[in-house]
Amino acid sequence: MSHHIVEVKNLRHVFPDGTAALSDISFRITHGESVAIIGANGAGKSTLLLHLNGYLAPTAGEIRIGDFPMNKATLPEIRRTVGMVFQDPDDQLFMPTVYDDVAFGPLNLGLFGAEVEQRVTDALQRVGAVHLQEKAPYHLSGGEKKRVAIATVLSMSPDILVMDEPTNGLDPFARRQLMGLLKDFHHTKIFTSHDLDMVLELCERTIILNQGEVKADGPTREIFQNEALLAQCRLEKPLSMQGCPVCGKR
Amino acid sequence: MLSIDGVLLDFKRLDSLATGDSAIHRLDPRAKVLVTFVFIVTVVSFGKYELTAMVPFFIFPAVIIGLGNLPAGYIARKIALLCPFALVVAIFNPVFDREVLVQLGPLGITGGWISCASIVVRAALTVGAAIILLAVTGFPAICRALERLGMPAAFAVQLLFLYRYIFVLTEEGGRASRARALRSFGNKGLGMKTYGSLLGHLLLRTWLRAERIHMAMLARGFTGEFHTRHEFRFGRRELLFLLCWSTLFITLRLQNASQLLGSLVTGISR
Repeated sequence: MSHHIVEVKNLRHVFPDGTAALSDISFRITHGESVAIIGANGAGKSTLLLHLNGYLAPTAGEIRIGDFPMNKATLPEIRRTVGMVFQDPDDQLFMPTVYDDVAFGPLNLGLFGAEVEQRVTDALQRVGAVHLQEKAPYHLSGGEKKRVAIATVLSMSPDILVMDEPTNGLDPFARRQLMGLLKDFHHTKIFTSHDLDMVLELCERTIILNQGEVKADGPTREIFQNEALLAQCRLEKPLSMQGCPVCGKR
Repeated sequence: MLSIDGVLLDFKRLDSLATGDSAIHRLDPRAKVLVTFVFIVTVVSFGKYELTAMVPFFIFPAVIIGLGNLPAGYIARKIALLCPFALVVAIFNPVFDREVLVQLGPLGITGGWISCASIVVRAALTVGAAIILLAVTGFPAICRALERLGMPAAFAVQLLFLYRYIFVLTEEGGRASRARALRSFGNKGLGMKTYGSLLGHLLLRTWLRAERIHMAMLARGFTGEFHTRHEFRFGRRELLFLLCWSTLFITLRLQNASQLLGSLVTGISR
């Protein structure tokens, strides 16, 4: 199936104030892959993600999602294909109740009635949040908000799941819960994160961005072994790959 | 001390009351909005010196609080909080209006005092009705009801967003003001100047958030149209609710029930 592919060719983005956030980015992510995009603050991760669903238009270069090149005409289809979960769930949950929020996408896709209901229930079931459906978003805890935010995207049945800092601000239990959830998804997955242990567990492939360029792209374990590269990009080995803090053993 | 966080928690409590499940909660929001509207209009339409005729109107909040299982003390406190504002509006009436209207033995009550009391009672009734409507219906449902009753959809959406993000904004504002307070060591900090820049930052942050929300909406296929679930049924119960209350209000407006009752009692005792 070719429609789960994300292809970025020589992408360049210059903001109106003249800063070049992305200078020359190329990669190809194929069906079912789980890829982490990591890098220092200001390396261009968020800017890159915003290109993947067409919110920002490239200054130069090309993006293809599945069979479509990104342009005005294909934008609605691309936005359905790419489910984007933002970093702050408060930005994503804007409707009066959880149910309304999860139904927002399907209703915009032109579905109605029982089909919407089915999709909402399915999506909430997958993230274990059916019991929250009549609640208002501001009555939810951080972990609940995050899971509901994922459900709002799942209800559009996307092929590609893009998440900005999924484990940010979650307590250890909620983080585990979320990681278990994400492991079960068979979508093509793209994450940005500073949580390198999560990256190690969930992503077999990692792309390192540094000052708007792809610095490295390869199997996660290999990349995390290269300490010189990590240090150069203001990163470090995930804690689980470092020695024991008490005895120093691996 | 009245802190921003405290206000927020209080507000959340009012909001969670709306999730109750009583006969009143289950009524179609339009019926409740319309009854509250009739109530407020009839109360406000009373003359300047009317006081006794308004007293029977307290039956409406009392009945709804009872049927809706609302915490009466909490609602009363909410209303009491707003009464000082009404008092400020009314406080000069006794000064300017010194004509004695009622003679109670040696005590002459001037028109000013009566109109002052009238304003306060009026405020308590109307504010009370609005708070109770909020507590048994919930803000989103009120918005949808208003939309169904003919308010432009753009306003409804604005109001819904306002309500959704007032929680986020107050939390942000609370954090900023706490950060200021913690670094001003009990003094006034740098006075009004810091509040100016604090508010400016809050505005800018709101702006950025609005942009991110718009982004999230576009990402889910937003095209400018808002779809919500419509599960409205204006049935016989709603009609009965609307007709009974409206009739009562209009009757009470036209007939001074307190006076009737009074003359009835004194008539019997004579």
